[in-house]
Amino acid sequence: MEIIAASTEQLLADFESKINAEIKIEPRDWMPEEYRQNLIRQMSQHANSEVIGMQPEGNWITRAPSLRSKKILLAKIQDEGGHGLYLYSAAETLGVSREELIQALHEGKAKYASVFNYPALNWADMGAIGWLVDGAAITNQVSLQRTSYGPYSRAMVKICKEESFHQRQGYEIMWRMMEGTKDQQQMAQDALNRWWWPALMMFGPHDSDSPNSTLAMKWKIKRESNDQLREKFINKTIPQAELIGLKIPDEHLQLLDNETYKHGDINWEEFWAVIKGNGPCNQQRLEHHIRAHQEGAWVRETAIESAQKNKI
Amino acid sequence: MEAKENQGELWEVFLQTKPGQAFKHVGSVHAFDKNLAIENARDVYTRRGEGTALWVVPSKEIVAVTANEAEYFFEAADEKIYRHPTFYSMPEGVKNM
Repeated sequence: MEIIAASTEQLLADFESKINAEIKIEPRDWMPEEYRQNLIRQMSQHANSEVIGMQPEGNWITRAPSLRSKKILLAKIQDEGGHGLYLYSAAETLGVSREELIQALHEGKAKYASVFNYPALNWADMGAIGWLVDGAAITNQVSLQRTSYGPYSRAMVKICKEESFHQRQGYEIMWRMMEGTKDQQQMAQDALNRWWWPALMMFGPHDSDSPNSTLAMKWKIKRESNDQLREKFINKTIPQAELIGLKIPDEHLQLLDNETYKHGDINWEEFWAVIKGNGPCNQQRLEHHIRAHQEGAWVRETAIESAQKNKI
Repeated sequence: MEAKENQGELWEVFLQTKPGQAFKHVGSVHAFDKNLAIENARDVYTRRGEGTALWVVPSKEIVAVTANEAEYFFEAADEKIYRHPTFYSMPEGVKNM
């Protein structure tokens, strides 16, 4: 078989014509190095978020108010571990190893969603996280099902199928509390007050302040901009809040027409402070992950020994 | 970057969703041996009764044709259009064909 080497210009032109024709890029296809790096950054951030996101909720497994809610919470957290694995595997198809991905997280070189650096103070937070944080994540992930990279797109399809229960379980918790005593209603409202703004920040900076986005949009890694996705999220979430009697903690919120809202100013100083490591739980989250990883070393060592023995 | 630790080999996971259907690639897992590979595949890919049967295969054992080679590799079939039923002309009114 004879393969004729093509020039980089030709390869780039072929690559871009595939992108324009909505043909997915697969691991063995030629791709520009910037596309590969951009994907590794975004997908590892996404995978790390799933795994670090297990912590605020894991904190409440032993204190769930009923066996039903405990089983549900366990299943949700297990899903998040699974979603992290789908995404790490998808990132590995780009030639980066699992070990490197974990190491970059531990060294602070790879990020995770800054929303998980906020603490989960009480049971109502389990409601707010499922409803708002998973709700925001789903809005983003539905859009990413159409991302141009095949393995990432397939992981998103699978994750979206599984995540709709996550948001429902959170909203159900909020609803039950709003149907309960005055104290329970106040707990639900407090949790909304604390999680609303961090949830809006999950979509990232305004489009005008998001330099990474241009290339990601051109090559269809991202399909909708930060502001477009944020708008979708608030438009569907505000009526859900109103339905159960919750008040959105934004005094500048405007209803533009029947279905469109405009939110007040986001505190970007807080956003950048949390990203830079100064959120309430940054250190705790990372230290916990490193500790759990180190404490699991014996499991890996035993498995290697056992595999060796079985070979003989 | 040096890899400091061993997280196992990569295995590809194939799932049959219902008896009688073809196995379909669903993703991959890391594992140290075949027993762990099939258990990890169960935990990662079948938490909701997605399958009735499961295969795992070491990724390094898979032989693949790359996208760059595909055009040349599959070229031979392009010329054999008589392999498709639509190639043949049929008399008007023929039935059960």
